[in-house]
Amino acid sequence: MANSAASNRSVRILPWLMLGIGVLIGFSGIIDQILTYWEDIVYLTRQHVILVLASGSAAILIGVPVGIWLSRPSMAGVAETIMQVFNIGTTIPTLAVIALSMTLLGIGFAPAFFGLFVASLLPIVRNTYAGLLAVPAHLKEAAHGMGMKPAQILFRIELPNALYVIFSGIRTALAINVGTTPLAFLIGGGGLGELIFTGIDLMDTGMLLAGAIPTAGLAVLVDFLVGQAQLWLIPKGVNPLR
Amino acid sequence: MTKTIRLEKLTKIFDTPNGQVVAARDVDMEVPAGEICVLLGPSGCGKTTALKMINRLISPTSGKIFIGDEDTSTMNDVELRRSIGYVIQQIGLFPNMTIEENICVVPKLLGWEKSKAKSRAKELLDLVGLDPNLFLKRYPKELSGGQQQRVGVIRALAADPPVMLMDEPFGAIDPINREVIQDEFLKMQAEIKKTIMFVSHDIDEAVKMADKIAIFKDGVIEQYDSPDNVLAHPSNAFVADFVGADRTLKRLRLVTVEEVADAEAPAVSRHTKAKDALAAIRDHGSNLAVMIDGDHHPVGYVTEEMLEGASGTVQNLARPLPAVVPHDADLRAVVSEMFANDVMWLTSVDASGRFTGVVTQPAVTSALGETYRKSAKQQASA
Repeated sequence: MANSAASNRSVRILPWLMLGIGVLIGFSGIIDQILTYWEDIVYLTRQHVILVLASGSAAILIGVPVGIWLSRPSMAGVAETIMQVFNIGTTIPTLAVIALSMTLLGIGFAPAFFGLFVASLLPIVRNTYAGLLAVPAHLKEAAHGMGMKPAQILFRIELPNALYVIFSGIRTALAINVGTTPLAFLIGGGGLGELIFTGIDLMDTGMLLAGAIPTAGLAVLVDFLVGQAQLWLIPKGVNPLR
Repeated sequence: MTKTIRLEKLTKIFDTPNGQVVAARDVDMEVPAGEICVLLGPSGCGKTTALKMINRLISPTSGKIFIGDEDTSTMNDVELRRSIGYVIQQIGLFPNMTIEENICVVPKLLGWEKSKAKSRAKELLDLVGLDPNLFLKRYPKELSGGQQQRVGVIRALAADPPVMLMDEPFGAIDPINREVIQDEFLKMQAEIKKTIMFVSHDIDEAVKMADKIAIFKDGVIEQYDSPDNVLAHPSNAFVADFVGADRTLKRLRLVTVEEVADAEAPAVSRHTKAKDALAAIRDHGSNLAVMIDGDHHPVGYVTEEMLEGASGTVQNLARPLPAVVPHDADLRAVVSEMFANDVMWLTSVDASGRFTGVVTQPAVTSALGETYRKSAKQQASA
C-alpha cells in the first residue's frame, strides 16, 4: 500500500518535474543553442538514417535467410556450433567491431556500414533460428502429412508461426543499430555522432544535445515503427499482442 | 467414393546405433471399403509406423500398399498425401490460419476455386454442428479442445479423400468429450463411409469404433478380426492379456438391448383379468407379465405367484416396474441397471417410451455365450 501510494505520488509529480526542467531549459537558452546547429542536424540525421537503414536492412536480408538455413534439418548437426561462433562474435564490443572494420576497410561509409551490419546480424539470426526451431513438430508433421512441399511448409506454416520471435530479433537488432550508429563518426562514417563527439570535445552542451536528442528520438521512433509492424503484420492467431 | 486399403508384406526396419529395430514385419491386411480398422497395441508395437507408411511419412523397407487397385508406390509422395485424409493426436490446426484457411489447406493445394473451397468448409462445419458464420473467421486458439478436434477431423475430410488415417485422434480429449466426439464421428462415418485406419491404444475406444481390430506386438499383427471375435476368441495369450481379464464385459458394449430382448414377452393391459394374465404368462413360458397403459407405456408388472389364485384385474395386483432401458442401449447399460436395482430382468422401451420387450439376465448371458457354444460345436465337428 505504502509503495503504491508513493509511486502514485511520484506519477503525479512527474509532469510538474518535466515542466520545471522544460522551463529551466527554455530560460537557459539551450534550445536556441541547439537550434543554431539546425542545418547540421538535418544533414547528419539524414546520414544517420541512411546508415541505420542500409546496415539494418542488410542485416535483415542476410540474417533471416541464414537463420532459416541453419534451422533446416540438414543443418541440425552443425547449426549449434555455428550459433556458438555467432554468440562469441557478440561478446566483442561494438566499438571494437567498428575499429576492426576500419582496419579492414579503411574509413568512411563502407566500414561503418559493415560494422553496424555485423553488430545487428546476430539477434536476427539467433531469433530466426530459435523461432523456427520452436515451431511445434506436430504442426510440421500435419503439414507434411497433408501433402505440403518443404517450401510450402516453410512459407505457410513455419515462418508465420515463428514471425513473432523473428520480429523481436529485428527489433532488438535495430535498437542496437540506432544506438551504435553515433560511433560511426569515429571512423569517418558521419551521422549524428559528429555533433555528439565534437560537442563532448568542445564541452559545448548545445552541440552535444543537438546530436544526442535526435539520436534518442530516432531510437524511439524506430522501435515504435517496428513495434507497429509487429502488431499489424503478424497473423492474429499467433500474435500475442492482438 | 471409397476404396479398400491393402497392405502386402509391409516391413519397416530402422537402422539405429544399437542395431536394427524391426518396427513392422510382413504386415498383411486388407481394410474393406467404408470400414474402420483400428490398429491397437502397446506403445512401440509398430502400429503408428504401419499407419505412417501408408501416407509415406515413413518409407517402407519392403512390401506394398494398395489403395483401391492402385499401388501407391507408383504415386509421388505429395500427390499420395493429398489424396489421404490425415488426423493426428495433437490435432495440428495451424494457429496462424483461420478455421476456414485450415479447412481449405488441401483444397487450396489441389488448386480448387476459392468459392468452392469456402462452400466446402461451410458444409463441413455444419456437418459437425459448428455454426459456419461463427467459426469460419476464428483462429484455432479461440476454440475449445473439443471444437478444435472436430475441425481437425473435417479438415482431413475437406478434399473428400476416399481414405483416412487417424493417429490417436481423440487421445488428447477429456473422457466425457471423447465419448461425445466418438459418437458424433460414428454418426458422420455412417453417412460418409470412408475407409479408415485408426491408431489407438485404448481397447474400449477400439471396441466402440472398429469394424475390425488389428492387434500389434513387436511389429507383427497378432490378430486381425472383428471386435467381438477379438474379445471372445483372443488368438493367443498376448491378445487375451492385452484386451484384459474383463474382456467379456467389454463385449456387452457390442450388443444392443434390441438383439436380446424378448419382444414376445407377455404384456397385459390394466383391465386384464388375473386368470387371463396367468394364462398369457404360462402360454409364453415365462413367469411374469408387464402391465402397459393405453399408450403402450409399461407401468408395472405381475408375476405368476402374484396371480395364482387371485381374482380381479391386473391393476390391483401389479407392482411398480424396477427400471426400464431404451432398446437401443448396449448391454452394459442393462447390466448396470440390473445391478443397481438388484433385479434379474428389465423392460425395454423405444424412443417414445413404448414397451418393446423384456430383457433378462439369462438372455444376456446366453447372447454372450453363443459364440463360445458355436466354436465348441465347430471344434467338435472338426
